[in-house]
Amino acid sequence: MRIITGMPGQYIPSDYLPILIFMMIATAFGLGTLVVCSIFRPRRTYAEKLTPYESGNPPIGEPRMRFSVKFYIIAMLFVVFDVEVVFLYPWAVVFDKIGLFAYVEMMLFIFILLVGYIYAWKKDAFTWD
Amino acid sequence: MVEFPPLGPVMPEILMTGFALLILVLDLVIKRKETLAFLSVAAAAVVMYAVLGTSGVTFSGMFAADGYSMFFKLIFLLSLILSILISVKYIAIERVNYGEYYSLMLFSTLGMMIMASAGDLIVLYLGIELMALSTYVLAGFIRHAVKSNEAAVKYFLLGAFASALLLYGISLLYGLTGTTDIKGVAAYISDNGLAGNPALMLSVILFVVAFGFKIAAAPFHMWAPDVYEGAPTSITAFMSVGPKAAGFAAMGRVFLIAFASLQVQWAAILIPLAIVTMAVGNIIAISQTNIKRMLAYSSIAHAGYALMGVIAGTPEGLAGMMSYLLIYAFMNIGAFAIIIMLRSEGFSGENISDYEGLSKKHPVSAALMLIFMFSLTGIPPTAGFIGKFYVFMAAVNAGYTWLVVVAVIFSAISAFFYMRIVMYMYMKEPRREVELTTSPALGLALAISALGVLVIGVFPGRLLDLARIAITLGWGL
Amino acid sequence: MLPELFFYYNATVITVLSALVVTRSNPVHSIMLMLVMFFHIAALYLFLNAEFLAAIQIIVYAGAILVLFLFVVLLLNLKKELVTQIFIVRWPLGLVAMAGLLVLMFAGIKSFTLGPTGDFTIEKIAGETHTAAIGTVLFTEYIVPFEVASLVLLIAIIGAIVLAKKQIKT
Repeated sequence: MRIITGMPGQYIPSDYLPILIFMMIATAFGLGTLVVCSIFRPRRTYAEKLTPYESGNPPIGEPRMRFSVKFYIIAMLFVVFDVEVVFLYPWAVVFDKIGLFAYVEMMLFIFILLVGYIYAWKKDAFTWD
Repeated sequence: MVEFPPLGPVMPEILMTGFALLILVLDLVIKRKETLAFLSVAAAAVVMYAVLGTSGVTFSGMFAADGYSMFFKLIFLLSLILSILISVKYIAIERVNYGEYYSLMLFSTLGMMIMASAGDLIVLYLGIELMALSTYVLAGFIRHAVKSNEAAVKYFLLGAFASALLLYGISLLYGLTGTTDIKGVAAYISDNGLAGNPALMLSVILFVVAFGFKIAAAPFHMWAPDVYEGAPTSITAFMSVGPKAAGFAAMGRVFLIAFASLQVQWAAILIPLAIVTMAVGNIIAISQTNIKRMLAYSSIAHAGYALMGVIAGTPEGLAGMMSYLLIYAFMNIGAFAIIIMLRSEGFSGENISDYEGLSKKHPVSAALMLIFMFSLTGIPPTAGFIGKFYVFMAAVNAGYTWLVVVAVIFSAISAFFYMRIVMYMYMKEPRREVELTTSPALGLALAISALGVLVIGVFPGRLLDLARIAITLGWGL
Repeated sequence: MLPELFFYYNATVITVLSALVVTRSNPVHSIMLMLVMFFHIAALYLFLNAEFLAAIQIIVYAGAILVLFLFVVLLLNLKKELVTQIFIVRWPLGLVAMAGLLVLMFAGIKSFTLGPTGDFTIEKIAGETHTAAIGTVLFTEYIVPFEVASLVLLIAIIGAIVLAKKQIKT
């Protein structure tokens, strides 16, 4: 019934040290470039240079425009199926240990979301207009 | 290799899932949405039949189909059937005749059923989420109406907040006892003498807040009036009965099993809550001009009465609370059925003044409304009286006589706004022609609710016996 | 020593960032700060010996849910929010309620006693990996929550289409 894991102070995930170093270097490089550039770059600004870049054309309208609500449905469907895939990871790892039972469980899970997929498809959630 | 657990006790839930998925898919091919309504009612009836023949515990105690949950499941399915019956014509008038409506209602009821049977706090939480998410969508189902959108957003934001508090309560409890199993929690608390621990009390308080939100008890009732007013009327009827009863089901199980050894402490929190709930509900209802809002405050007040059954903390109190909720399902959905009849193309029929002189042109509907209003007030020989009587008696037997006196006073105050509707219908001249929208389904729903109110009112013994048996037979199994 | 230091660093950053997220007037800034916060939460999971959760935190929260948030923010007309100074008129009441809750929580937490620890020690998890440990528990003991979760996800699909689709096909 219980899965209380180790408390902080007992465990150091040393395997992940390269990732930490990598992230520190990435942050340092990004910030460093900006800081160094702001010190050494020449400052010669004029009106055209300060306008937002729109592929060489004169900018039209506000840069921040309202997105279509269609993006929301796509993003929502993405989140749902992303979560579904996430559940597949631990399932794949323990599958051979649990056997048929795990198979049935996951098929049920996928089936329920498959119904959702068919529903979304038939309701034209994936067509763009 | 792992053995398959017995699936018998979860059969009703499996059937419900199957039916809900089926209706979701059938919506893609069936053009006449009335067919879906009929199928949903049939599905609910089949599940009801399955519930009656199911008992047992499975999934290592996570799911308990005991007498307690069986009684609650009957309340949910009854309210589901009645709500579908009153919806058929109504959602066509509101121009939202989509098939998703019915499958969402089935999913919401499935969530309630899981809540009532949950033997583990994680299952309880997921049941709550399944129920609540479906209801949020249903509250905003009239997509083109701003009020409906507002109802959905308000309900969702406050509901998410309550869920977060519930999760915090669960995590504290898990840290303290090392388990999420409701019986395991109870055993650990009594074995280790945790009962007076302030951290445990904090967890209890968080549970009270979260359940208080679900049953719309003051001061966590703020969402109810706006949501009840903005949501489609049929959904208002549905969520003033189903999710409320589900909240009580979960509350009863958690408080009387997991927190059994803390009864003195949680009763001390719940008593002021019940008094404030009855006061807010009954007093603010007086000043309402919109009947859906008025019934929202009335629903808050009724949560206060039912809460007294939990406070009593005895099997008798729980049986009283359960029969109260069943009776409330009949009388409240009946009243909403009349409200839905007044709704027609281009006329909302939501103002209390619309009921002026209703008895002159529509004597039958007025008489039915009279019965429901009498019952909501608690006047014999209607069921409302019986419900209050049992709850109050249980509270007196548990030693809360003064609380019952308070409740009776508030109950007398409530007569003011319920009787005002009756007075308007019978003693005033009609101000305008009110056309009623009727349909066979709506008529059937009205007949069932009126019969329920009257039969339970005249022959009450059977119902309480049933509730008592449900408790003693399988309380927690 | 090192783990404590790391914990307090993460805890401080998460608290500060959360406060910043809810106080920025530009929602896009809020979301970017939230992204940084999610990374710190993932680091915290890592130090709690929960690698799988750390990965999920990055994949699902930072990857998918933040994108959803960003879309929602871009759906709204931002300018109005930028002008609105105070959303709630009765904020002092909220502040009092919040302070009360905080006091209550500190009073309660002080006497917190840890319940029994379970079978999943650091050595055991190191032996079979965290993903396998989660998988075993999820697919044997917590089957009901797992299956109900799929229904909750299904409701999310239906809800998104019912509420946000321009024209619902009947």
